[in-house]
Amino acid sequence: MSELPPQLAELVEEFSEVGPRDRLQLLLELSRELPELPRRYADAADTMEQVHECQSPLFLAVEVEADGERPVHLFFSAPPEAPTTRGFASIMHVGLDGEPAADVLAVPDDFYTALGLAQAVSPLRLRGMAAMLARIKNRVRTAVAG
Amino acid sequence: MALDNDTDPKLAEYAHPERLVTTEWLAQNLGADGLVVVESDEDVLLYDTGHIPDAVKVDWHTELNDPVTRDYVDGARFAEICGERGISRDTTVVCYGDKNNWWAAYALWVFSLFGHPDVRLLDGGRAKWVAEGRKMTTEQPMPAPVEYPVVERDDATIRAFKDDVLAHLGKPLVDVRSPGEYSGELLHMPDYPQEGAVRGGHIPGAASVPWARAAAEDATFKTRAELEAIYLAEQGLTADDEVVAYCRIGERSSHTWFVLTHLLGFDHVRNYDGSWTEWGNTVRVPIATGTERGST
Repeated sequence: MSELPPQLAELVEEFSEVGPRDRLQLLLELSRELPELPRRYADAADTMEQVHECQSPLFLAVEVEADGERPVHLFFSAPPEAPTTRGFASIMHVGLDGEPAADVLAVPDDFYTALGLAQAVSPLRLRGMAAMLARIKNRVRTAVAG
Repeated sequence: MALDNDTDPKLAEYAHPERLVTTEWLAQNLGADGLVVVESDEDVLLYDTGHIPDAVKVDWHTELNDPVTRDYVDGARFAEICGERGISRDTTVVCYGDKNNWWAAYALWVFSLFGHPDVRLLDGGRAKWVAEGRKMTTEQPMPAPVEYPVVERDDATIRAFKDDVLAHLGKPLVDVRSPGEYSGELLHMPDYPQEGAVRGGHIPGAASVPWARAAAEDATFKTRAELEAIYLAEQGLTADDEVVAYCRIGERSSHTWFVLTHLLGFDHVRNYDGSWTEWGNTVRVPIATGTERGST
């Protein structure tokens, strides 16, 4: 397994250190910390990409800086009545925002299994997170190639 | 010591008004002896972001389903789930939840498998309670544990298995999924592609009546007259028909099961909880595609 970006590795470690009940608490806290959309997206939701694989409406935007290591910036929008989806988005945000494009692309597609959420959240729901990562990587790949 | 029924005039029209309460009734009765409010959501974290005061949580995935076998928990585990939430056999249980009460109706149906005598649904669910600005809290209730008897689950009366459905072909079946899932264009619910099946379509002979047709804008159930126009006049069902309802995993069809059984007074409705994720993955069962019901 290739190395995870440091913030993401830290999150995975936090999740793996606690029991299933506390994992849900952790996810709930993360869901509250998902940043608000900046104005340029809040006013233009149609420029964002919908992650259809998630159980609740989730919109995603990816920006890749033009210089240096091409840091990636992530923006998410999900309603408050979908805390699980917000929690997944927040894991992506905390774990990957500001990381170099190459490191984001190197995150293993199944990294989320290490969070140990399958029991509590149901494996089917977790695939929404896999889809989120796949869509982020697609956007980053396109930006880097372009 | 069941609580009094809600005498709301809209509810009084239904076949079994004792199975439903309004948000107003619940607000008046919160804290009453003999009442336990149960929240059951699709989103496993939603309860923790705020819930009706004193409501306890029952999760469909981690609590009502057996962790290993694709089945519900047994009587012993169900007794623990109830007992630790302060639910005894004579408690009035009121279920509510997100997504138009899908999971609340599912929880109510599972309580019914165990024959819990007094279990009701909150008309309009969580969305209506929140929209009305009623009280919510993040405070965790600490119910005193009580004894709940170990009751054997009755899988014969309101639950159908795949073989029951095969034997039922030719009698009324209600497919409550979206039109795209029914025809076979979609292998999943719109926006839920991860829960697919290898084949698309519907069980031959099934009528397409999406669950949402029974719901009003505010997530309450439509009136009895409106429901009769759909299920009796339009679909030609009658209250003594044997009906099987299904969807993808049995939650949306619990909603329709509730409508047919408790609101319209059908006596022989079963929910096929294996639903499309079983049928659409099963070798050599008959499948119809397109918008026609198909022959059996």
